Amino acid sequence: MKTIDQINEKISSGKAVVLTAEEVIGYVDKKGIEKAAKEVDVVTTATFGPMCSSGCFLNFGHSKPKMRITEAWLDDVSAYAGIAAVDLFLGATQLRANDPANLDYPGDFRFGGGHVMEKLIAGEEVQLFALSYGTDDYPRKELRTKITIDDLNQATMVNPRNCYQNYNVAINASNRPIHTYLGYLKPNMKNCGYSSAGQLSPLLNDPFYRTIGVGTRVWLAGAQGHVYSEGTQHSPTCDRGVMGVPSEGAGTLALTGDMKKMKPEFVRGVSLKGYGISLSVGVGIPIPVLDEEMLLQTTIRDRDIMAQVIDYSKDYPERNGKILGSVSYEELKSGFINLNGKKVEAGGLSSYAGARKIAGILKEEIRSGEFLLTSPIAPLPVEQSMKAMKEID
Amino acid sequence: MSDNQNVNTKKLMLYFPECETEKPIVYHLVKDYDLMINIYRARVTPDEEGYLVLDVTGQNENISEGIEFLKSLNIQINETVKGLTWDENKCVQCGSCVPHCPTEALSIPDRNLMEMVFNSNECIECLSCIKVCPFGAVASIF
Repeated sequence: MKTIDQINEKISSGKAVVLTAEEVIGYVDKKGIEKAAKEVDVVTTATFGPMCSSGCFLNFGHSKPKMRITEAWLDDVSAYAGIAAVDLFLGATQLRANDPANLDYPGDFRFGGGHVMEKLIAGEEVQLFALSYGTDDYPRKELRTKITIDDLNQATMVNPRNCYQNYNVAINASNRPIHTYLGYLKPNMKNCGYSSAGQLSPLLNDPFYRTIGVGTRVWLAGAQGHVYSEGTQHSPTCDRGVMGVPSEGAGTLALTGDMKKMKPEFVRGVSLKGYGISLSVGVGIPIPVLDEEMLLQTTIRDRDIMAQVIDYSKDYPERNGKILGSVSYEELKSGFINLNGKKVEAGGLSSYAGARKIAGILKEEIRSGEFLLTSPIAPLPVEQSMKAMKEID
Repeated sequence: MSDNQNVNTKKLMLYFPECETEKPIVYHLVKDYDLMINIYRARVTPDEEGYLVLDVTGQNENISEGIEFLKSLNIQINETVKGLTWDENKCVQCGSCVPHCPTEALSIPDRNLMEMVFNSNECIECLSCIKVCPFGAVASIF
């Protein structure tokens, strides 16, 4: 048994033994769980894939004369101004003004909120255009200026939903091509799309949220952020397989961090043809090896993590709960799955190579004493289901 | 093309700075230089610049002479850069393009590392990847 304080002492003195969630698999195979649990202090996990539920709060400081902004656009992408005079919220999936969307199907969705966030973090100039009705104390009615992230007082990223514990695999059983947020799907089940870092993914390595909870410090695109809440749609009551690892969506995390400290490589606007805009954010989460049981959870491997295949041409939009089959991440990552005897090509949207890189960076930051671990201030719910929308007949 | 030992295939991108389109260049390459032509993609519009990406197959000597003929028409020839470019820095290595690339020009050779590789020699410029890349990492020069 180790405590987080003891692990942090080892980190501070530069003596912590840290492995990535990929490396730990072979290490435990070689050394045995008992010996390895004594040696290993931290296992780093990571994910880098599109997660729609993202945005940022920005404070611009005051113009002269002052203005109480009521409508605003950043590079022509509408930002929500109903917060305070010069506070705006920019959502990642917001389209640029006058984007034809799917009028010319499938739409390209080349630029939106996620891309503005990417530009800000890359230090690029962004245009702010704002309108107001004017008040006695805030008389200005119109404003156009150019800013970079350095000109802002605060730029705080929020991901109300991130790090989906697992996710389904999208396939198209119809006879026409479809465009989804899991990619372009050819007709007649020719290919499928998935999005998870599998054995590297944070919540698959801590399936019952024993060490990851509200308050946990996380590596968020290079900044030290934290979990501020359970994520939206957090629904841990679900189908679970080997070692309690979910085989469907399950848990999620709400994350926040300082955009001024983020690296542009890990915050990327996403254009999904025929679907819309999203954002890919790189996340790394350390798991303290408190005991053998915790270490064992981190040895979960792709072949033991299952995902459900769902028809996105009919069953998914109609929400009828139908599942076509189950496949492992080992299969998905091989590039082909076998779905009830049919060979189907598989392509991911989550970057496993990116997740590997992040797990490696976090490992080095912990080893060098830069990144310390935290105990959660509150646990995440372990039993909870997701409600469907209440509709009036 | 009797001497197979000297037969070679070269992939070329031709750039027409101004209108050379009235000359039937493919005809001349076939007829005068005994070359087999496989056109991947072309955009040639009268009075504007144009591009043509093609394979030429034939005797090394004939390929060289054919290239000289094209140059004499003021056509610029690029043997390294082709019509499709892959920006390694924009690519996040998600691999969503791989099932859509018919020739494995975009591929993940090592499924443990899951890193993307682009082999432009294999690319037939079908442009399928451009439609599916969420990060704008692949682009067409024309």
